[in-house]
Amino acid sequence: MDLNADVLLSVVVALFIVRGLRRFLDLPTRLPRINRLLNWIWAPGLALFVVARAVHWKSDQLDELYMLFVLGVVTVILSSVRSYRPARTLLLAVAPFVLYSVLELLLPALSSSILEEYDATFENSKGFAFIWLFTFLLIARSQKKQLEKERLEREEEEKARQLIAAHNQELERLVAERTATLTQQAEELREALTELKTTQTQLIQAEKMASLGELTAGIAHEIQNPLNFVTNFSDVSAELITELEEEQQRPTRDPELEAELLGDLKQNLLKITHHGQRAASIVRGMLEHSRASTGERQATNLNGLADEYLRLAYHGLRAKDKSFNATLVTNFDPNLGTVEAVSQDVGRVLLNLFTNAFYAVQKRKELNQPGYSPIVTVSTRHLSNGDVEVQVRDNGMGIPQAVVDKIFQPFFTTKPTGEGTGLGLSLSYDIITKGHGGTLTVETTEGSGTTFSITLPA
Amino acid sequence: MKILVVDDETDVRTLFEQRFRREIRSGVLSFSFAYSGEEALTYLHEHASEVVLILSDINMPGMSGLELLKHIKQEYAAPPPPASPLVMMITAYGDTESREQALALGANDFLTKPVDFAALKDKLLVLASHEN
Repeated sequence: MDLNADVLLSVVVALFIVRGLRRFLDLPTRLPRINRLLNWIWAPGLALFVVARAVHWKSDQLDELYMLFVLGVVTVILSSVRSYRPARTLLLAVAPFVLYSVLELLLPALSSSILEEYDATFENSKGFAFIWLFTFLLIARSQKKQLEKERLEREEEEKARQLIAAHNQELERLVAERTATLTQQAEELREALTELKTTQTQLIQAEKMASLGELTAGIAHEIQNPLNFVTNFSDVSAELITELEEEQQRPTRDPELEAELLGDLKQNLLKITHHGQRAASIVRGMLEHSRASTGERQATNLNGLADEYLRLAYHGLRAKDKSFNATLVTNFDPNLGTVEAVSQDVGRVLLNLFTNAFYAVQKRKELNQPGYSPIVTVSTRHLSNGDVEVQVRDNGMGIPQAVVDKIFQPFFTTKPTGEGTGLGLSLSYDIITKGHGGTLTVETTEGSGTTFSITLPA
Repeated sequence: MKILVVDDETDVRTLFEQRFRREIRSGVLSFSFAYSGEEALTYLHEHASEVVLILSDINMPGMSGLELLKHIKQEYAAPPPPASPLVMMITAYGDTESREQALALGANDFLTKPVDFAALKDKLLVLASHEN
């Protein structure tokens, strides 16, 4: 056999090794330049063969030389990718084999006797090197698999992470979208609230004006009385002056009569002033009622306030329904004194309670029950705890139990549309409870009457 | 002739006393005053046969003028003694309903505020002369 032909066999082996190495270490991506060079791994082998043939050099070590070269290349490649753990294992795997190959190549050259002497040992070493090589190849392979598995897991994780990230992004987008919607809604609600507040203010004002409308006739009547006095006292004063003038013309004057006439005149002027002021105060009260509340508490005479509004409410209703009549009973505690209150607001509450009371007795009167006589009573008194109570009682229709819980709710009304705003009692409740820290309660028996009680802290 | 004026406005007294100053002084007319329906009834009970004419306001707190009228007409329903006083109602509401109601209850006359004192004086003087 041509000894040199062995090198060609080695070239084939080398090609296999290169192929295995490429696949195992994924050289095309890891070391692209070296990978290209490896395409030429056969060249040195072929060159050796050609050169050896040309010089007719025959050696059974030609292939060993070539293999050593290949192993050297493998070692270089492995050490250049030694950061890759399977590569290090491979390095470890080939190390004894390389050492063996080197010795095998060098020893015969140094001394063939050693080789012969240790032939058995060499054979053993070769076997050991192969076993070592294959063992570590297997280890490297399993390491590679392990790494591959880990890589795949990492990739999975990465994918999952990316998926989560994408999810998060989507979520964030949704949240941003929702936030924008909510912000817009909040803005819209705020606007609606502002609008509602404005409307409420307008409604309260409208309610005030409506109650003023109910008052107008009462006010007219209340102004008419003092005006009648003003007219009458002016007229009678003119008569007195005429009489006085006549008296002065007499030859015998009566100084006593003249003094009496002058005294009456003076008194009349005071009466005119008094009734003029009375009318003025009613007008002032009306203006105050229509004006927005200042909210300032002042010492208020509840007896006077209740009396004033009772008359206004009564005459207001009388003006609308001339046939209406009711007995007004006032039980005022003369020692009530004053309480700190916004008189204008409390006046509105009283007016509302009186108007309701008159409405209730009027409705019952329309039933034409025999012996029925409408009575509206207002009483004031000190409670044992020092608070002041104002009670407005009527013997009207009473309030059905189903309705009584709702009467302080805004816009609740039992009156036909257009007759009541449904705000009167709700506003009254707010004025007494929130505005004055008092209470407004109701007791009612259907068919026989209702009592509203206001208590105000002294 | 004795007249009882019923009105919750106390200044009515001053006004009547001055308006009828001459008549009072000459003794043709004499006035008493009550400031509520209840007070008027009490006065009538105490001065049963004296009062010839009652001038009453309708709108008064407590007993209204019309209720007073009803009471008076009930109490003096039976013929003498004594004869029922005349009752004139005065109101700021000159509506026909009140007028009819008052007349139905037996009022002798119905006046509206503001009172025309000249006309009232004439009426009273006519009544006074009749009485005499």
